[in-house]
Amino acid sequence: MAVTEPVAPAVAKPTSANDPLGIADQIKAKYPDAVDSVSAQGIVIKSDRLVDVARYLHDAPGLSYDYLNNVTSVDWPDRFEVVYHVSSISRGGAPLTLKVNAKREEPVVPSLVPVYRGADFQEREVYDMMGIRFSGHPSLRRILLWDGFEGYPLRKDYHEPYYEEEHKPFGTRWDQGHHVIAEDRNPWHDNVQYPAEFDATTYKPPRDTVRTVDVENASGTRLRTDRIVLNIGPQHPSTHGVLRLKTMIDGETLVSVEPVVGYLHRNHEKIGERNTYLQNMPYTDRLDYVTSMSNNMGYAIAVEKLMGIKVPERAEYIRVIMAELTRIISHFMALGFTYSDLGAFFTPALYGLEERELILDLFEAASGSRMMCNYMRFGGLARDVPDDFVPNCKYLVDERLPHVIDEFETYLVHNELFNARARHIGVLPRDLAINYSAAGPVLRGSGVKYDLRKADPYSIYNRFEFDIPTGTIGDVYDRFVVRIQEMRESARIIKQALEKLPAGEIMTGKKNYQVRVPKGEAYGHVENPKGELGYYVVSDGSPNPYRYHVRSPSFINLTSLNEMAVGQKVADLIAALGSLDVVMGEVDR
Amino acid sequence: MSFGLGVLRGMSITMGRVVKTYIGDLKHLGHRYDAAELKRRQSVRGSGIFTVQYPEEKLPVPENFRFVPFLVYEPVLDENGKPKIDPATGKEAIGYERCTACGICAKVCPPQCIWIVRATTPEGKPKPKAAEFYIDIDVCMNCGMCAEYCPFDAIKMDHDYELAGGERHVGHVFDVNKLLKSTTYYSSIHPTDWEHEEADRKAKEAAKAKK
Repeated sequence: MAVTEPVAPAVAKPTSANDPLGIADQIKAKYPDAVDSVSAQGIVIKSDRLVDVARYLHDAPGLSYDYLNNVTSVDWPDRFEVVYHVSSISRGGAPLTLKVNAKREEPVVPSLVPVYRGADFQEREVYDMMGIRFSGHPSLRRILLWDGFEGYPLRKDYHEPYYEEEHKPFGTRWDQGHHVIAEDRNPWHDNVQYPAEFDATTYKPPRDTVRTVDVENASGTRLRTDRIVLNIGPQHPSTHGVLRLKTMIDGETLVSVEPVVGYLHRNHEKIGERNTYLQNMPYTDRLDYVTSMSNNMGYAIAVEKLMGIKVPERAEYIRVIMAELTRIISHFMALGFTYSDLGAFFTPALYGLEERELILDLFEAASGSRMMCNYMRFGGLARDVPDDFVPNCKYLVDERLPHVIDEFETYLVHNELFNARARHIGVLPRDLAINYSAAGPVLRGSGVKYDLRKADPYSIYNRFEFDIPTGTIGDVYDRFVVRIQEMRESARIIKQALEKLPAGEIMTGKKNYQVRVPKGEAYGHVENPKGELGYYVVSDGSPNPYRYHVRSPSFINLTSLNEMAVGQKVADLIAALGSLDVVMGEVDR
Repeated sequence: MSFGLGVLRGMSITMGRVVKTYIGDLKHLGHRYDAAELKRRQSVRGSGIFTVQYPEEKLPVPENFRFVPFLVYEPVLDENGKPKIDPATGKEAIGYERCTACGICAKVCPPQCIWIVRATTPEGKPKPKAAEFYIDIDVCMNCGMCAEYCPFDAIKMDHDYELAGGERHVGHVFDVNKLLKSTTYYSSIHPTDWEHEEADRKAKEAAKAKK
């Protein structure tokens, strides 16, 4: 089960480690009226006791649920439900599900931001998409859509501008499918809709605000200085996609920074509810478009948990090989673009991209596409790897990649410029990293030895030998070195997997496009190169998911940007952002 | 370590790469573009300049590569077994269209870009043939699921990706005539898939003939 070593002094392990029934008993002992009901799906807490219970779970020495994985919401016919997943860093294991019910008219739920800072952006997203207000949230505004948007898109009664039918496949495509251009169906010939009483001549957009912090003019010079608001992005050569940063600077020193996201929002989750389970697979490629195989794997694992099917051995090994190759390519991009943010205009990025191209050629030979792989299916893989895959992959991990990674380390890590620009920049202390729900290299760079492949093993990762690299103080340098080490560990895993790769079939059961998923819910999470990628799927027995939510690591890692960058220079903000390695496809979905 | 040594080491690596790009050129002195040299440069054992001088040099695509789908038909064969060319269209004469308009590809397509009208007999009964078959290739997300789940091997993924045009709704909605391509073409771009499918088909026919 849990293989992480706790850095804190050893705690007594409870007998019912992550069992909801046992934990519910412990909660009832402390707060007798807090628990509404318990099931294998999770513990339903009364909404007015939520913060107390969360604090108890966070602080109690036997439980120490200090990491908030996921906050999401479900729109049931009779109520709204807010679902939380919490884990324990020191104990590891599967996450514990907590649920809170809210009534349909004027839903209000207490905010968990005082206990878990990582709930900040996620609760704003729940408010944006579902309309549930969180009392006690520091600044509850829309995050993925613009201020002034009308409607709550993820509610079941919301119809998007190009709405055709409730669920795919649409009846208009077959038997009598006469081609219609989507724009022609909409009176404005575009993907927009306006509320009934909208009048463009009198509409005033809401004012843009910046989080301000009072700063005394401590330098005592005779120059009268003032703070200015600097807007970085959404178009900027160094932002990783369309990310806007509203910063307030005092001279060159940052006073506050607030990321504004949503420029790439495509409402992936609403599309997920319209799609069937199988049709959703190519859409998951487009979340974090750099790591499409990992995204596929996470979704496949979540739905296979619901269906209760096992994957054949050969498919498991190939999945692990693809996931680790994806980790290598994502880290090549991350390292290269960190350096591009630091000012080395593109040379390290392109050296990394060259190795990435060779791996993408492998993906193209196996799945048909370099980036949008659409390779995994429920119960295995779409097709088997071609014959030249294994020899090329072997040559890469045995001969080529170790040299390249060593070369990267030589000229990128051990040089004076990088040390001056990256050490003690963008520091995220250990406790804050856990509290901000940081994941992946951001969490491990701050010294937390937590990796989902060891803490809550999925697929066949428990058969491989690999280490978990960690940093010390959580600066840009540490995250960089953690990524380089992770590439080495990935190459190690691929080598072991290639040696043991068995022959056999790659799919359980016959090829079927109508997937039968029983009623229930599942949270499947994988260790994406960027962090913990989780899929929360709720099924009501029909061919389409009832609710589909993606816990995206880049989105939640962005919460800690303010903590990392305040007090440093603007150039350090860019370096810290590069070390966070955000991909906007995943941030905005 | 003396200050500046790290920077010098980095510069020596970049200088080494610059020199290596010219060494590759020496191997094919005289021709500007060399297919064998491109293959070597782009392989896992390659070195030197990684750039592909498109459009003079084009990377060959692997067999599994998928871009937009196309419909497969079996051509009319003459006495020698060679496909006959239809003088009106210039394509091989259409012998048997594999598509039966069952609609599975339209149902399984994630962005719902396939529009099928099933043909009817003169009496009004449905016929296993597509009267109209449109694919909007701008909506198509190249996932390949239509080809994966077609029970008749009638729709397959094409390799041609140079489809840019000026007008979106005119040139990028493919109708059934533009989509139909012969098995000669299909076997040339998907050789191993063609072999497997032909072997399966012959085995099925042999099993049926035995009954």
